[in-house]
Amino acid sequence: MNNKYSIFSLIKNAFSNHENWSQAWGNPEPKKEYDAIIVGGGGHGLATAYYLAKKHNLKNIAVLEKGWIGGGNTGRNTTIIRSNYLWDASAGLYDHALKLWENLSQELNYNVMFSQRGVMNLAHNLQDVRDLKRRTHANRLNGIDAVWLNTEEVKRFCPIINTSPDIRYPVLGGTLQRRAGTARHDAVAWGYARGASLMGVDIIQNCEVKGIKRNGERVEGLETTKGFIKTNKIGVVAAGHSSVIANMAGLKLPLESKPLQALVSEPVKPIIDTVVMSNAVHAYVSQSDKGELVIGAGTDSYVSYTQRGSHNIVEETLKAILELYPIFSRMKMLRQWGGIVDICPDASPIISKTNIKGLYFNCGWGTGGFKATPGSGDLFAHTIANDEPHKLNAAFNLNRFVSGDLVDEHGAAAVAH
Amino acid sequence: MFLINCPFCGERDQSEFSSGGEAHIVRPKQPTELSDDEWAEYLFMRKNIKGVQFERWNHTHGCRKWFNVVRDTSNDKILSVYKMGEKPPENYK
Repeated sequence: MNNKYSIFSLIKNAFSNHENWSQAWGNPEPKKEYDAIIVGGGGHGLATAYYLAKKHNLKNIAVLEKGWIGGGNTGRNTTIIRSNYLWDASAGLYDHALKLWENLSQELNYNVMFSQRGVMNLAHNLQDVRDLKRRTHANRLNGIDAVWLNTEEVKRFCPIINTSPDIRYPVLGGTLQRRAGTARHDAVAWGYARGASLMGVDIIQNCEVKGIKRNGERVEGLETTKGFIKTNKIGVVAAGHSSVIANMAGLKLPLESKPLQALVSEPVKPIIDTVVMSNAVHAYVSQSDKGELVIGAGTDSYVSYTQRGSHNIVEETLKAILELYPIFSRMKMLRQWGGIVDICPDASPIISKTNIKGLYFNCGWGTGGFKATPGSGDLFAHTIANDEPHKLNAAFNLNRFVSGDLVDEHGAAAVAH
Repeated sequence: MFLINCPFCGERDQSEFSSGGEAHIVRPKQPTELSDDEWAEYLFMRKNIKGVQFERWNHTHGCRKWFNVVRDTSNDKILSVYKMGEKPPENYK
């Protein structure tokens, strides 16, 4: 378990044909009691446990995962990482995460393949141009790198884009965040799991939460498929299933869970070396290191937990992709899937205490939680350990839906997150 | 992706319809009397059920009328369709 990954361990293990690498994380049975339990073993949940152990000196922690770690939205998203959000609160939150991404492979001693290849957001009409220029200025005031590109500069940066003025959604320009990019989603879950496990966190897979035991206004433990586990701090990071867990505690959340789809093509040689997002037409493209085009689509309009999504949504996205990138017209798509995303009315997340003592929620990341994984874990760990939010996530409390102090990124950052 | 049996037009593709979200959320009778908590409950808080859910749908690209649907959100099966103002079917509660 204690092997540090390095050139030396690689050489040493080469002599035994790589058959003696130790397990990257443990597979323990749950103890009777923990100081804190994280519900949900995705990237955000594992990161939360990692920072709780690392920065807040809590060692008796468990992460409960009903399936396998990283098998939910962590393994289903299109891995886009950026921090070019309009409002100050969001900029602070997402740029905190981006700064942690920049050193994450070193921090975890695990290659998360973070690649700052840049993210370009396209503008297709005059209002897009105004909105994106405004966002560029707002980003720069917050110390976040952002530049506005005109049509010619877009074409130069990504030559395969069709910038002809007579297409249905002509490219009138775009913004570019050069520090933005992608990372390997599975590696993020595995790296955090390994890091947390090395510090003594119990990662318990195939363990579904069935109920939350309350004693008046505080939590006492969790009913699970592996029996009752006692704890007085529960951090729920269950993405699309947050409302299901909240209902167990008699709480209602301002969330709707909807399928969000993505697809990948057959692998081809390098053709697109950046990430291009077209928010107005829901078409997001990048290329994985294996050579597959990774394409993101939009959400369905109705609540569903089916993890598949509608055909017409994919059809619309591919129509837009083909018009913007005629070169892809004969590509074959290999796989298509859906993940269930929990969307807040203001399209901003909730990292918050609740009215029930010891119960914390980290949810509402909607269509773009992957980019925030390290920051979300760090700030949620702070909130759980201190029973107080960090100043970077103070605005993302549950009470904002009562006070009206929303962080309205829906209109601000167009549609995608 | 599924078919919805519009009570006015018959069975059509889901893409012709728009989802209006959770049904039977009663509009406050005296808005001026409402506390902030009650406003939050009315405007934002949703059951977001995994399982049988009562919903409103609009046949946007058809008759443009509103109606109610009982749907299982875990498999997208539609269990019942009824018109606005009609009593929700009892057997799903």
